[in-house]
Amino acid sequence: MPEIILIGANHKTASIELRECLTFSDDEIVQALEQLKQKENIREVFLFSTCNRTEVLFIPNGENNIETIKNFLAEFKNIALTQFEDSLYIYKGSDAINHLFNVASSLDSMVIGEPQILGQVKAAFKTATKNNSSGVILNRLLHKTFSIAKRVRKETGIGDNAVSISYAAVELAGKIFSDLSTKSVMLIGTGEMAELAVEHLLSKNVKKIIVANRTFENAVNLAEKFYGQPVKLEEMEQMLQEVDIVISSTGATQYILTQSQVKEVMRTRKNRPLFFIDIALPRDIDPDVNKINNTYLYDIDDLQNIVNENIGKREKETVKAQRLIEEAVIKFNKWLKDLEVVPTIIAVKEKIEKITEIETEKTLSTMNHLSKKDTEAIKRMTKAIATRIMHDPIRFLKEPGAHRENPFYLNAARQIFDLDLNDKEK
Amino acid sequence: MTIQISENINMLLYFVTFLYISSMSGYILYLFKQKDKIEKTALFLMGAGFLFHFISLIIESFFAGTLPAHTMGQNLSIAALSLSGAFIFFRYRSKLKILGVFASPLTVFIMIAALVTPASPGKEITAIKSIWIVSHISLIFIGEAALALACGAGILYLIQERGIKKKKTGFFYRRLPSLDLLDYTSYLCIVTGFTMLTFGLVTGFIYAKSIWGSFWRWDPKEIWSVATWLFYAALLHFRLVSGWQGKKSAIMTIIGFAALLFTFLGVNLFIGSHHQIFTK
Repeated sequence: MPEIILIGANHKTASIELRECLTFSDDEIVQALEQLKQKENIREVFLFSTCNRTEVLFIPNGENNIETIKNFLAEFKNIALTQFEDSLYIYKGSDAINHLFNVASSLDSMVIGEPQILGQVKAAFKTATKNNSSGVILNRLLHKTFSIAKRVRKETGIGDNAVSISYAAVELAGKIFSDLSTKSVMLIGTGEMAELAVEHLLSKNVKKIIVANRTFENAVNLAEKFYGQPVKLEEMEQMLQEVDIVISSTGATQYILTQSQVKEVMRTRKNRPLFFIDIALPRDIDPDVNKINNTYLYDIDDLQNIVNENIGKREKETVKAQRLIEEAVIKFNKWLKDLEVVPTIIAVKEKIEKITEIETEKTLSTMNHLSKKDTEAIKRMTKAIATRIMHDPIRFLKEPGAHRENPFYLNAARQIFDLDLNDKEK
Repeated sequence: MTIQISENINMLLYFVTFLYISSMSGYILYLFKQKDKIEKTALFLMGAGFLFHFISLIIESFFAGTLPAHTMGQNLSIAALSLSGAFIFFRYRSKLKILGVFASPLTVFIMIAALVTPASPGKEITAIKSIWIVSHISLIFIGEAALALACGAGILYLIQERGIKKKKTGFFYRRLPSLDLLDYTSYLCIVTGFTMLTFGLVTGFIYAKSIWGSFWRWDPKEIWSVATWLFYAALLHFRLVSGWQGKKSAIMTIIGFAALLFTFLGVNLFIGSHHQIFTK
């Protein structure tokens, strides 16, 4: 059975400084693959690198292959092997497959369930196929990786529930308002998290963004960024009539909105719901505002609580995801095993013999006038034809010749004879 | 109506009940699993139940020569039919799938009550053969079904609102849609239900005039009906004028529905009225 080996370092094993040193840019990946392809003891190779990990997956073709990869990394990235050797993990066989499936399914990510990783692995694989550095085994392995990652996302809650404060706020807005495209947002003050929340809301096509700021110039600048309308801070209370979501993040030391102010606003806006997101520290909005009917106020602690809960929920889902992954690993291993010469030859033989037998029986059953001796002779003849036909292909599979890739022909044989019947999904 | 036919109709009604129960199971499963396929199946079962139920009502009406609303059992059966029909209608209007979790068990409950209520057959009522009384009965039942759903949407609203206010994302938070949608559906049901109720009362008064000679006779059922109607009128008024949307409106739909139930059942059981000739 061909061996699969994975060497890598990620956020769990390596510090950020080290990960930075080991990161490969797109161009570097192309160069690296080009060089690795030339190595005698590497048959297939695939390399991918994100800000949280660098991993090399390969099929060896000779001894000392792990050293080859390690030395290559040190040479290519120009750092001493001793500096990063301890941070590397090495997985072989099932463990390597398992790790790859975990990574692509986002179970190994810093934020479990984050959706970018699958796209990154896909892009890296595209580079590998373009450079012909991956072959039969890695191609199949990566395709299986994509399908298991999709399955995990679909069948478990791994990607559900917001795990960032700004996204949790947007999710809440969706539980208050059914159609955000008819709602307007007001951003008071500035701040990274507040602006991120506005960006999330913009991606939900909110109707209008209003930006209020003590310094009008800042309001104008921010409004330009969000295609919004700048207003002065003094107009903020009046603007509460028009908007539905308020994101507040000012540096004020006292409440900029009190309960009585909001009560008055709610009266004039005929109790249409109003959602306040207070990301400021110290808080901008009087917590008692939450007690007013049809008014909802979430501060940064409330949002953090939701995020923590959601992270817990995602972690629970990983158990289910692990089960799906283990199942996929077993299936892939079975395919790998079948790629060995003997099972493939047996399968080809069995298939041809069965066809011969069935067809002969079918014909003979309509020919009752034949004597027993005749039927025996016909049966012997059909068997002989089958054996003669199979002889050359089987000999070729056993010995495809020097420098030819065995798994490639085995895989081709399996496909020509349609031997992977129980494995129809691509 | 011959015994043979009424037996067949009973069989049909048992089958309808079976469909309603299957639909209810589907909706309960949907509440936990949140799979759209399950909801679609449950909705289909509800639709099938409604269809066969409606067919049975037509057959019965055909043999009775009028709308069969003579006994308590028959009335309850029509109530269940109206409720399943109203649910399917609002399910398509507002896309509020989860309302089935309220509507289907209620339909099943009423349907079972209809089947176990002892019938008193052989009573011939001529009073019921008039276009006014038939419209009166149909409109009132459809209106009440819509208001029942308004109450259901109101309950779901209160659950979701409480979760968001208390900042506890529990079991229902993920399963219930936005407050907006719940409130809108409730409002839609109220407007429809109120309109039906209004026409139902008007046709009722016209019918009363035609057989008792006066529109209004201070009958307890009449008084309760008009009181309930006024309650819903007030709810709509405050909603439009003073912005009583959301929580206040939701609470009022629940109170209103309780009043409706009392008008429908309580007055007959505890007070008595001229409607009793229909529901003995």
